[in-house]
Amino acid sequence: MVSPAHFVALSVILFVIGAVGVLVRRNAIVVFMCVELMLNAANLAFVAFARMHGALDGQVIAFFVMVVAAAEVVVGLAILTSIFRARRSASVDEANLMKY
Amino acid sequence: MNHPIVLAAAAATTTRELAFWILAILSVAAGLGMILARRAVHCAVLLAVVMLSLAVLYAMLGAPFLAFVQVIVYTGAVLMLFLFVLMIVGISAADSIIETIKGQRLWAGLAGIGLLVLLALVIGNAVVGPAAPNSAKFGSANVTSLAALIFTRYVFPFEVTSALLITAALGAMVLAHRERTSPKPTQKSLSRQRIASGQPTPLPGPGTYARHNAVDMPALLPDGNTSDLSVSEVITGARADPALGERALVAPDEDQAPDPDPDQVRVGGPADDGSREGGEA
Repeated sequence: MVSPAHFVALSVILFVIGAVGVLVRRNAIVVFMCVELMLNAANLAFVAFARMHGALDGQVIAFFVMVVAAAEVVVGLAILTSIFRARRSASVDEANLMKY
Repeated sequence: MNHPIVLAAAAATTTRELAFWILAILSVAAGLGMILARRAVHCAVLLAVVMLSLAVLYAMLGAPFLAFVQVIVYTGAVLMLFLFVLMIVGISAADSIIETIKGQRLWAGLAGIGLLVLLALVIGNAVVGPAAPNSAKFGSANVTSLAALIFTRYVFPFEVTSALLITAALGAMVLAHRERTSPKPTQKSLSRQRIASGQPTPLPGPGTYARHNAVDMPALLPDGNTSDLSVSEVITGARADPALGERALVAPDEDQAPDPDPDQVRVGGPADDGSREGGEA
């Protein structure tokens, strides 16, 4: 029998994969995709806990997470395109103008 | 024990279990492929696999509404936005494998393992019990129950998200807006530029009067010379444009150049760069 614990464990694994991707990858778009993976993993945990408790609050929160993630992607990708226009590069190592 | 309802329930349980394991392995493999694939487009496709399998998992967990929202919003809208931006930024923008920070991969892997251990301990200590008894909230009445919850207890956060969405849309428009730093070229200025460039006529077509009519063969001019101007820059690779990606990096083959003396070919004007890029500037 598949219990909510299985889903929570899967969400943990996906979250860790996303976190490692954020740390390892240097293309800013791929970093964004890994952040999306982490948000999706958190959503899966929310939905699994909603099923465990028999209440729908977790699903509502997952819904709000989706809304916020969509807004975040829109703004983030707009920033990325403007950075790419100015610097002709999408690497996170190139954008170091404010470093020194 | 051999009652048909019991057998059907057991079969449904095995099907659920099988579906879960298939989807879990699929999504974890796609997630691992996402951080290993060097091309950003491959990452996007693998992310789509993860999101679609998560949608099926939501449906299995009694969240049909969220399953559809996952497919429509994430796989449909967010991922398409990612692909749009990938096409703008350059489809073949592959990550370099040179580490700029020494030992970054190693430390990232160690941090990932540490995070996995930490989360596993937290989850192991938490009481993750069995699923609550099934009710209509997780089935046919899912959408109405969610709506009742959103529009009563969570109505204030719901209203705040509308402000957030409007702000995000405005912010995206402001950020993606490109200020025009030079005056817009008029027809007059464009034609002046064309006359001044020394090549007022259109460039000769490729393969015209030549021995071959392939596009990479320079045209034969009336005086017997060939004209390099007729071959597109995409084929010759004269200009390395990062937006074109790998195609522009392909160097022209030296053996296939048909004309023996490329210095005598320049007939049309002083330079071939000015006349072609004049329109874009």
